[in-house]
Amino acid sequence: MSKFFVEGNVASALGAIKAGARFFAGYPISPASELAEYCSQEMPKVGGIYMQMEDEIASMAAVIGASLGGMKAFTATSGPGMSLMQENIGYASMVEAPCVIINVQRFGLSTGVATSPGQSDIMQARWGRHGDQSIIALTPSSVQGCFDLTVEAFNLAERFSSPVMVLFEASIAHLRERINILESEELHLIERKKPDVSPEDYKPYKPDERGVPRLSYYGSEHILKTTGLVHTETGNISSDARVCAALVERLERKIEDYQDELPPPKYYGTKDAETVLVSFGISSRAAREAVYRANLAGISAGLIELQTVWPFPEKAIAQYLSKALRVIVVEMNRGQVTREIERVVSRNLVDPLLRTDTNIFYPHDILDKIKEVHDI
Amino acid sequence: MSISQDYTDYIAWDRLPHMWCPGCGNGIALKGLALALAKQGIPRHKVLMATGIGCSGRAGSYVSFHSFDGTHGRTIAFCTGINVAQPDLKIVAFLGDGDCGAIGGNHLLHAARRNNDLTVLEINNFTYGMTGGQFSPTTPAHSFSSTSKHGKVDYGMDMCYLVAEAGANYVASTTVYHTAQLNKFINEAISTRGFSFVEIASPCPTYYGRHNNLRSAPEMMEWFKERALPKEKYDELTIEEKQKYIMRGRLVQRDREDFLTMYMNELNNE
Repeated sequence: MSKFFVEGNVASALGAIKAGARFFAGYPISPASELAEYCSQEMPKVGGIYMQMEDEIASMAAVIGASLGGMKAFTATSGPGMSLMQENIGYASMVEAPCVIINVQRFGLSTGVATSPGQSDIMQARWGRHGDQSIIALTPSSVQGCFDLTVEAFNLAERFSSPVMVLFEASIAHLRERINILESEELHLIERKKPDVSPEDYKPYKPDERGVPRLSYYGSEHILKTTGLVHTETGNISSDARVCAALVERLERKIEDYQDELPPPKYYGTKDAETVLVSFGISSRAAREAVYRANLAGISAGLIELQTVWPFPEKAIAQYLSKALRVIVVEMNRGQVTREIERVVSRNLVDPLLRTDTNIFYPHDILDKIKEVHDI
Repeated sequence: MSISQDYTDYIAWDRLPHMWCPGCGNGIALKGLALALAKQGIPRHKVLMATGIGCSGRAGSYVSFHSFDGTHGRTIAFCTGINVAQPDLKIVAFLGDGDCGAIGGNHLLHAARRNNDLTVLEINNFTYGMTGGQFSPTTPAHSFSSTSKHGKVDYGMDMCYLVAEAGANYVASTTVYHTAQLNKFINEAISTRGFSFVEIASPCPTYYGRHNNLRSAPEMMEWFKERALPKEKYDELTIEEKQKYIMRGRLVQRDREDFLTMYMNELNNE
C-alpha cells in the first residue's frame, strides 16, 4: 500500500491498472482527458496498451474487442461521448463482454458546459441503449472512492460478464485528495472463469448456475462465436421465440437476482431518522456534512449515500426509509434519482433538492432544506 | 488442434445450407478465404472471421473457427482491440460496401492509417441487400435502386484509392468472376503484416441486378467480365467513365510497420 495525493481521474486510472486492466481505448473529452493522459503514460510501464481512437464509438468497440481477446479493458468519457458509446455498450451486454466505462459527468444536455460538473447521466446509464438489459453503475463520492469502486467495477465486470459503469463528476475528477493505493497483490481481484469442458464440447453461451457464461477468448482452442443477434448457447444466431425469451430474461436476471453482491448504500446520521436524505457522488459529501450539522442541532436526520445506482438498491433503501417521515433527494439534475425513490416510498414523503446551475451543493444549502421541511 | 490443409475444414458444414440468395457472390469470396487459410495451414483457432451487418454479416455462421459479428460499421474498430489483445490471431473482416464505405468509413480510414494488423475483405455488391436494395456509397452514378428509382444522383466511391491513401500495407481489387485472381489476392492480403484490403465486386442479382437490367447471376458475371479493367486501363479513364467500370489489380504492396510493432518500438527507443 502507498499514499498518493491525486485527483479523481488519476485515482480511477490507478484503480483500473491495479485491478489488472491492460488496455485503454478512448477519445479526448473534458473533463475525462486526464484519465486518458495518465493511461497513455502508465499503461506501457505495466505492459499495457493505450489506444487513442477516432471517436468514442470506436473506443468502446476496441475495448470490447480487447476484452473478447482476453484482456481487462476500459474506457473513460463524459456525457457526449457516453451517448456515442451506447450502441456498443448494448453490444457488450448482448455478447456479455466484461468491460468498464468511466463516465466523468459534466454539465447539461448536448455539449452543455464542458468543464462544469453534472449528475444528469443517471438515466442515460440505465436506459441509454435500445432493448431490455440490466446494467451495473457505481457512484463514488471521493477520490478514494474513485480508486476503490473502479477496482470493484472490474471485479463485477468479470463476475457478471457484463459492462460496468463508474459515474463520478467533473468536481471529483479534478479534486485532489490523499488516498491509499493498494497493489494488485493486496486487492481481492476476480478473474474470468475459464471454460470447464473440452474444446469439442464447449458452448460459449451456456450459462452457469448463476446465469453467467464462461467466455473463452479469440485465439483459444475453445472456439468463441459472438453476435449482437439473438443467439443460442453455441453462439449461433436464432430467432426462435423461446431462445429470444430465455436470453432476454437471463441477461436481466443474472444481475438483478444478485444485487446483494453489489456495493450497498452507506448510511450516516440518526438511526431511523425522521428526515432522510438520499444522495450520491459529490452531492452526498455536502449532504453528509449537512446531516452532521443537523444532528448537532438536535434534528433527527440521516443520509443514504448510494454506491450502486444501477440496479437501483430498492430493498436496502426501503429498509432505511421504513420510519422516515420525509425524504430529501439531493442531486444535480432535474430529479432522475428522485423518481426512483418515488417508486420505493410514497411520493407524498419525497421532497427533492435539485440543482442544475453548474454549481455543486454546499452543506448550508442542504441544511436549510432540512430545517425547512422540519418546520412543516 | 492439428494444422488444417483442406479448405473444407474451415467451413461449418452443419450450418448449411446458407441463407444467401441464388447467384450471390458471398460464397465464392468465402471459399477464397478458406482456400487461403488452408494454403497457409493456419490452425482453426488462430483465425477470426469478423463480420458486420447485412448479407455478408452472416458469414461467421458458416465457418468452423472463431467468429465475431459486430454492430453496423464498427467491426473494424472492434478488430483493432482484438488485434492488440491477440497479436498472433489472423483477423479477417468480411464486410459489405455499406459497412465499409458508409457507416464504417471513418473506422476503415483510421485502421488503415494506424496500419493495424487486419485483413478487410469488402464484398462490394453495390447495394444494401439485406434491407431491400437501396443504393450504397459504391453504387455507380445513374444506377437504379429502391431509393434511386430515377437514377443515383451521386458518384460511387473508390474504396481502394481511399484506403491506399490512408496508409494500408496492401490494397487490391477484383471480382468474384476472376476467381484465380481473387484467391491470389486474398492469400496475399492475409499474408501481409499490417492493414490489408481487398475489394471484391460481387453479384446481387436479387436487387442490384434486378434494378439495372442484370436479372440473372450469369448476366451479372458477364457484366463483371466486360466491365472489370486492369488497373493500368482503369487509371486512364475519366472520373465519369470510371462509374461504368470496375478496377482489377493491386494498388499497394508495402511493408510499413504495423501499429503494434511501432508502439513497441517507440517504447523501446525511449
